Amino acid sequence: MVAFSLPANSRIKQGKTYPAPAGAKRVRTFRIYRWNPDDGANPRMDTYEIDLDTCGPMVLDALIKIKNDVDSTLTFRRSCREGICGSCSMNIDGGNTLACLKPIEDITGAVRITPLPHMAVVKDLVPDLTQAFAQYRAIEPWLKADTPPPPDGERLQSRKERAQIDGLWECILCFCCTAGCPSYWWNGERYLGPAVLLQAYRWIAESRDEATGERLDALNDPFKLYRCHTIMNCTDTCPKGLNPAKAIGAIKQLIIDRQV
Amino acid sequence: MTKQSNSPQFDILRSQLKRVRGLGSSHSGSQAWWAERLTSIALVPLTLWFIASVIGLEGATRADMVAWLHAPVPLVLILCLIVTTFWHMELGLRVVIDDYVHNNAIRIAMLLFQRGLCIIAGLFCVIAVLRLGLWEGGS
Repeated sequence: MVAFSLPANSRIKQGKTYPAPAGAKRVRTFRIYRWNPDDGANPRMDTYEIDLDTCGPMVLDALIKIKNDVDSTLTFRRSCREGICGSCSMNIDGGNTLACLKPIEDITGAVRITPLPHMAVVKDLVPDLTQAFAQYRAIEPWLKADTPPPPDGERLQSRKERAQIDGLWECILCFCCTAGCPSYWWNGERYLGPAVLLQAYRWIAESRDEATGERLDALNDPFKLYRCHTIMNCTDTCPKGLNPAKAIGAIKQLIIDRQV
Repeated sequence: MTKQSNSPQFDILRSQLKRVRGLGSSHSGSQAWWAERLTSIALVPLTLWFIASVIGLEGATRADMVAWLHAPVPLVLILCLIVTTFWHMELGLRVVIDDYVHNNAIRIAMLLFQRGLCIIAGLFCVIAVLRLGLWEGGS
């Protein structure tokens, strides 16, 4: 059944405070989740006061500043710093988003940062995405076609066919949506989750892919697909402005279309 | 096998892909999902009709009720309402149990129990309406 309270060794304690340097004018407070698997201690919330005059505008800039100048033990994933790699997904101010796309100015009060919810934590802000990526692998996210490619070039697609995967190909697999989905929280082992289902639809909608029926067969399952109850947290939280709920709806529609 | 006390015990060491693929697709689920939608749509006019009918029957005697149920249209519509309501209830409860109950034995027991409950409750309503509408003396 659903657990309503955290186990004793997961309860978050008050952590250390790192005050702003003397003379700082535009001070913002960052409260950041810290957990180290090696020290055996409970997770804690550390408080960092940062002078925004010496820091870039995004939450990721503040995290990098903390790591460089204040506390080098702070652990988080980041790479491109421009919303294209999907590494810095985390929960900021109560919502899952990319730290690199979230302006500090958009948040009122202290900036509260925790890892993506309901994922096992590797360390600090780094979630374990093993299961989510295995689920992505399970939907076979590659072109499947019996027709051999033309000998003189690539497989062609009309502009109209290409437009059918707009809003799908842009997904960067940051898993903000999957980690924000209550159905995935309760049944993540069996429910594929919004990110993976959006990717599944990306290949179903692909004009050059010839395995549509096989893909729909694999998804027609009470747990893999139908745990989606159109809660819409996925669409609400997507930092790329995509609509996984619509893609899941389209898959359900296609499965009905082939029966009636 | 002797138990090693100090080393961590791992119960699950299978591959991640095997774990998420599980037992594969059951190739079902769409029918229940579709039926849930259809019954919910059907329940909108049926429930509105039922509310309007109950308001229209305000102050009616038992004989008036029986006479009303003897007409074919109210009898058929009320049977549709009962079947659709309990069918929808069964589908909805199944979703809630599948969502929140993770112990398989308890989950299957609850699924069977709620299905039986819905069928029995629905049958009671159907028999009650048929008794009034078909067998009890009317006009």
